[in-house]
Amino acid sequence: MTVYFTKEHEWLSVEGGTATVGITNHAQEQLGDVVFVELPAPGTALTQGGDAAVVESVKAASEVYAPIDGEVTEANGELEGEPAKVNEDAMGAGWFFKMTVGNESQLATLMDEAAYNAFVEAEG
Amino acid sequence: MIDADETLLETPLASRHQALGARMVPFAGYTMPVQYPTGILTEHTWTREEAGLFDVSHMGQAMLEAADGSHATVATALEALVPADILNMVPGQQRYTQLLNHEGGILDDLMVTRSIDAADDGYLFLVVNAARKAEDYAHIAANLPAGVALKPVDDRALIAVQGPKAAGVVADHVPGAADMAFMTGRSGAFDGQDIHLSRSGYTGEDGYELSVPIAAIGVIWDALIADRRIKPIGLGARDSLRLEAGLCLYGHDIDETTSPVEAGLLWSIQKRRRENGGFPGFERIQREIAEGATRRLVGIKVEGRAPVREGATVFKDGETVGTVTSGGFGPTVEGPVAMGYVAAAAKEPGTTLEIELRGRTVSAEVVKLPFVKKRFAK
Repeated sequence: MTVYFTKEHEWLSVEGGTATVGITNHAQEQLGDVVFVELPAPGTALTQGGDAAVVESVKAASEVYAPIDGEVTEANGELEGEPAKVNEDAMGAGWFFKMTVGNESQLATLMDEAAYNAFVEAEG
Repeated sequence: MIDADETLLETPLASRHQALGARMVPFAGYTMPVQYPTGILTEHTWTREEAGLFDVSHMGQAMLEAADGSHATVATALEALVPADILNMVPGQQRYTQLLNHEGGILDDLMVTRSIDAADDGYLFLVVNAARKAEDYAHIAANLPAGVALKPVDDRALIAVQGPKAAGVVADHVPGAADMAFMTGRSGAFDGQDIHLSRSGYTGEDGYELSVPIAAIGVIWDALIADRRIKPIGLGARDSLRLEAGLCLYGHDIDETTSPVEAGLLWSIQKRRRENGGFPGFERIQREIAEGATRRLVGIKVEGRAPVREGATVFKDGETVGTVTSGGFGPTVEGPVAMGYVAAAAKEPGTTLEIELRGRTVSAEVVKLPFVKKRFAK
């Protein structure tokens, strides 16, 4: 299992042909209390960098972008009733959706954890 | 970004917010705490159930003073600019009102308190919005008669203690605070330090606002924070609390184009002023009272869990009827809440609306404000 990160603060964990997507711990800290998550329906075709989901905090709505091309296979239904899971466990139980890896070469455009941490540090 | 930060002002409590781990954001020219580490939901709920402490020192405090020491002189001067009955305020009474332009639009909303001490008659204490204070002061000063002067109070901080336990907390430090009626103000002693306090606020809860000399604010803040019933509350929860309480936010729900009648603030224009006028925009307000305003600010309860936000278009039966002016998640309501202007035909509670949300619409209903029952002291 390899975990990749985007500059838009999403993470992508690839295992076999399936990727699980969520927002990073840094992202949930910045958002504050999450009160609603809008997830893509299974079957939705996603394009790298395109809109994939929306996360709402008390104050504002933020877009979540698709880290790679692919098709949504499952949405995390738990978040509907318990959006706070995103704050409690962003990298685990707070995952957003699973998708196919439509274009493996795109994984090379993403960051690993060390690169992401450096990116966050530099962003200040 | 660094250049922009350099121009931001700090309140006298900035170092305490940082020590408490607050996230600071620019707001109305100040760097202000938007939330503390506990987060907006906890802060909101704590204020509804216990007591929250807010730094609102960015707001403008000013004294309007009549040289002849007469309440009638200072009240008459202010009545030329606002639609509330100031003349008949009794000593110690506080009123909410608006500075109006000649078209009856709202330049700002403010709190006015008549001094309770007979020796200080001829003074009105004003609290105005941070983002408007420079414009307000210039506008008021330019429109005062001889013998009345506006003096901005720059040497005082302003904090609010809000929530069902506020009276218990404040009374532990300020003798007699628990006996104050809602919307009254007076001077007092906080652990022996001279302050001015009013029983009022912006959350829909019982509470106080304390105007404190800057030299004493640190000690007073620390004494309040040390109380287990108190948590510090940032601007994020201040916004969700006031929205649930159906209270207008200047620049969002009210502005220079909206009248007090449209905004549902007719309750703040007392009978004598409605009949006799004598304030800017009286013509429009008189007409709107007689004929009804063409649009009204209403409460909007949104179906589902997704909040609608400021700027979203409001539809009724497919026709555009208005715009959301404040929208978010109401932690006490446990769902999305909003306010917005709708055409008069869509203003009645129970009217079904549709609100624009990310390229589709969600169902919503006009509801009576507030979303959460106000619990002011009697």
